[in-house]
Amino acid sequence: MKKTLLASVALTVLAGVAWAADDEKAIQALVDQYISTGYQQGEKQHLERLKQDETLITCSETRNIPSPEQAKAIIEREKATIKYPEGNKMLGNWEKGKEVFNTGFAMRVGVISPDKADKPRGGNCYACHAADPKEVAAGNIGNSLTGYGKMRGNSEETVKYTYDKIFNSQSMMACSNMPRFGHNGVLSPEQIADLVAFLVDPASPVNK
Amino acid sequence: MKNVLLPGLLISSLALTAVYAAEEPNADAYREMTYGDRDANPALLVVDRGEELFKEKRGPKAVSMEECDFGLGKGVVKGVYAELPRYFQDTDRVQDLESRMITCMTTVQGFDEAELKKKTYANEKANEDNTDLEAIAVYIASQSDGMKINPPTAHPKEQEMIKVGEALFYHRTGPLDFSCASCHGADQKRIRLQNLGNFSKAGKDAQKAIGGWPTYRVSHAAVRTMQHRIWDCEGQMRLPDTEYGAPLSVALIAYLTAQAKDGTYVLPGMSR
Repeated sequence: MKKTLLASVALTVLAGVAWAADDEKAIQALVDQYISTGYQQGEKQHLERLKQDETLITCSETRNIPSPEQAKAIIEREKATIKYPEGNKMLGNWEKGKEVFNTGFAMRVGVISPDKADKPRGGNCYACHAADPKEVAAGNIGNSLTGYGKMRGNSEETVKYTYDKIFNSQSMMACSNMPRFGHNGVLSPEQIADLVAFLVDPASPVNK
Repeated sequence: MKNVLLPGLLISSLALTAVYAAEEPNADAYREMTYGDRDANPALLVVDRGEELFKEKRGPKAVSMEECDFGLGKGVVKGVYAELPRYFQDTDRVQDLESRMITCMTTVQGFDEAELKKKTYANEKANEDNTDLEAIAVYIASQSDGMKINPPTAHPKEQEMIKVGEALFYHRTGPLDFSCASCHGADQKRIRLQNLGNFSKAGKDAQKAIGGWPTYRVSHAAVRTMQHRIWDCEGQMRLPDTEYGAPLSVALIAYLTAQAKDGTYVLPGMSR
């Protein structure tokens, strides 16, 4: 009796293993399968957006905690992607930057009011960061940038650091939560230069 | 002495409250004030419409949805939402409420699936009334009001679905490199003034969110379901439109509901 019971328990366990994925690889295979069937099809859906690059694969698999080796590889790879505006002019116009910082318009696709390709995009930075102290409706996923230029100054070094961070956040911190705005083509190099000015220019409300 | 101390205490505790309020701006107090009255929830009208649709003999086969099994046996509505998503033998899939509704409406009532999915959600920008699907979903869900969030997890496919949902929660993609965890992976975060639940851990944030959906969204002037919530989030991530009731959305809902286990459904909900 005991033996039969044991055998049947073992069989049930085996059967469970046979048709329910319980190891990481099998779960990942289902993730890929569900993504391929999870979205509406068609040209205006831009399904190419579902393809991850190597960096995002690592960040997803490690839940944004890459190993030191993985982090090094990401930072090296992402650094190499940074492109600069004409004449290396990384410090733009803070008033234009103020607009880019505030605008949330960008990159929507699909059935309801997709964004027009020719309309200037924004970084929607207030979604996550405080900056101009007069803007109270600022999110807190990112750190506060109020007084950024006051604290860091506007030296060439600070300007380049700020530009690189916005163009490709992962060139400094592997698996950073922040979008790679320049690398992903959300913002142009010139728009990023304007954002840099908004953050470091002594005349900008960020530093008042 | 006592008389002096008491007002002093009162003033300092008031000051303390003010400091806290200034530190973490959010709209909770406003929301409580505005949406506190459950009998004034406009979703109740949609629930009534959903009940009529549910009971009416509809579709090419002219049968009512009372012929369907939502997990607790044919015709049972009370408490079914509290135990979803779950594994269904007849479809050999884990299904949430809305994917199960599609199964019911196609197999039992004879509706065409593509036709049903043509218009899943009311467009708030066009000031539309809720769709039949939204009305039926909020009716069924509301029959679990006051019950514990209790999705079954004994079946291996249910366990698998939760694990896939968890992996999807951390899956980063799209032009903004976002995963669900980008916004919902830490405590006390906000997008602008909108509070964000931390769904990377089980407990109160997930319980509050899952326990209050479907909800009447004041900014939409319409009832919104979990399928709509997932679709809307994916849109914020700048991803394509999610397919209604597909395993992708069901897996995410299964994961979130598992994180919300032992919370209480307060349905229909009301929110921003």
